Amino acid sequence: MADLREMYQEAILEHAKSPRNFRALGADSRKAEGFNPLCGDRCTVYLKLNGDVIEDVSFQGAGCAISRASASMMTQTLKGKSSREAENLFERFHRTLTGQDALRDKPELGKLEVFAGVSEFPARVKCATLPWHTFQAALHGHDEPVTTE
Amino acid sequence: MSTGVLLPRVRCDAIGESGFDVETVRRDFPILLESVHGRPLVYLDNAATSQKPDAVIDAIADYYRRDNANIHRGVHLLSQRATGKYEQARRLVQKFLNARRTSEVVFVRGATEAINLVAQTYGRAHVGCGDEVLITAMEHHSNIVPWQMLCQEKGAVLRVAPINDAGELLVGELEKLLSPRTRIVSITHLSNALGSIVPVREVVSLAHARKIPVLVDGAQAAPHLPVDVQALDCDFYVFSGHKVYGPTGIGVLYGKAELLESMPPWQGGGDMISSVTFEKTRYNKVPYKFEAGTPDIAGVIGLGAAIAYVNRIGLNAIAEHEDRLLKYATGRIGSIGGVRLIGTAAKKAGVLSFAMDHIHPHDLGSILDHEGIAVRTGHHCAQPVMDRFKIPATVRASFALYNTAREIDALAEGIEKAKRFLG
Repeated sequence: MADLREMYQEAILEHAKSPRNFRALGADSRKAEGFNPLCGDRCTVYLKLNGDVIEDVSFQGAGCAISRASASMMTQTLKGKSSREAENLFERFHRTLTGQDALRDKPELGKLEVFAGVSEFPARVKCATLPWHTFQAALHGHDEPVTTE
Repeated sequence: MSTGVLLPRVRCDAIGESGFDVETVRRDFPILLESVHGRPLVYLDNAATSQKPDAVIDAIADYYRRDNANIHRGVHLLSQRATGKYEQARRLVQKFLNARRTSEVVFVRGATEAINLVAQTYGRAHVGCGDEVLITAMEHHSNIVPWQMLCQEKGAVLRVAPINDAGELLVGELEKLLSPRTRIVSITHLSNALGSIVPVREVVSLAHARKIPVLVDGAQAAPHLPVDVQALDCDFYVFSGHKVYGPTGIGVLYGKAELLESMPPWQGGGDMISSVTFEKTRYNKVPYKFEAGTPDIAGVIGLGAAIAYVNRIGLNAIAEHEDRLLKYATGRIGSIGGVRLIGTAAKKAGVLSFAMDHIHPHDLGSILDHEGIAVRTGHHCAQPVMDRFKIPATVRASFALYNTAREIDALAEGIEKAKRFLG
């Protein structure tokens, strides 16, 4: 049986309580909206690019602890990365959470490894990936809101 | 902040005056012996679907083991036995709803399909451009979307009668929305998200005074409230078998005979015809006109067994037990710090919906699951209700005849644990 602490790691609870980069960016930024219709989570991701480099990224919205912490740590991690690096990181993150990569393969997720335990709770994987899907939509300039369904 | 009325913590596991004994009842439901994450199952998601007694599980297995054959066709013995059981279930449903005749009972896949059937047959024939369909602000998506689709197709308008902050229908406001263009009123009997009981009889009187028919969505009401379609005088009543201890995939459309007879058929196929040539088809009489194709025979027989089971316990005794549980839960859960009850109507049944300060329903749902407690978290297929209360989601505990005060204590302890864990 997976223990709840595997999902609700200290770092996750701390970020959920005090999310970083929880704000809107100015009119010169891109933004996209994400929605998880099953649980009602909503998030808006704001993105400012300098050439191909992520100069600033932030989020707003209402969601569960997992989605807030995931959005918070995502914004911390992405700042300064190129769009290619960001996409690769999301792919590794997604593969880890959906159980396609065993942890022993060292997916090089850095701080994001705290989310590996979410893979034991299939009903919650979408909570963690919603901010990333929304980020991707902002990166590609999609107008339609992203949904997890 | 707690908005719940604090009620005396009356235990409700005692045997009531009606002789109802919850511990005896629990032995009829084999799934209640399951453990979840190493804990005894506490199943409080009955508004989503109820568990099934042995009587239902056995009736379905017995049909497949002993009687399986197609109905209304064969001269052979098995077909006659299957037909007999199928039509016996229809008589049970007729009595369950107090319909005048068995021909007023149509078997469908569930409440959702029943509403779609009425929208696509009665609705298409009677709703035109500029006409109006009236629903309420606390409908399940199943009683919104079929009418939206119809209105889109016909250029008609969907009107919505409002509710107050307690989650009660504002009947006076509904009356104002009844216009010369209103072609049908479609309302829930019992809100799945809030637990409010709607004064259906009153709404029917107001609508009938203007010669407007009324459909009642009884998906939530059928397991909790005795239903008498003649007393309600509604024109259509729909419910799903799986919420009333029967199998999934089977449900009922009740319609007044004259209405069903005047409606065009919905799906074409076998059993709904009396004769077919390539030039013309004569449709079968009701209810068969609306039962095209081989139906879910096992489902109908299972539903019949579920209704026989409910009859044996007695819906009044069930309602009494659940009412005591709901009052106990309202006091116990409503007095937990940080809990806000959503849906505080004076007349409620079966459902306790709530939100919590600083804890998202999804997190609470995961933590409760680890305690073996099954609740629903989310918008309960009623997003407009969530918007009305300005919340993304609620946690919903919903009760059935086999639930106990002990289980509500377990829920309360689970919520306290979640507060410590996430707080």
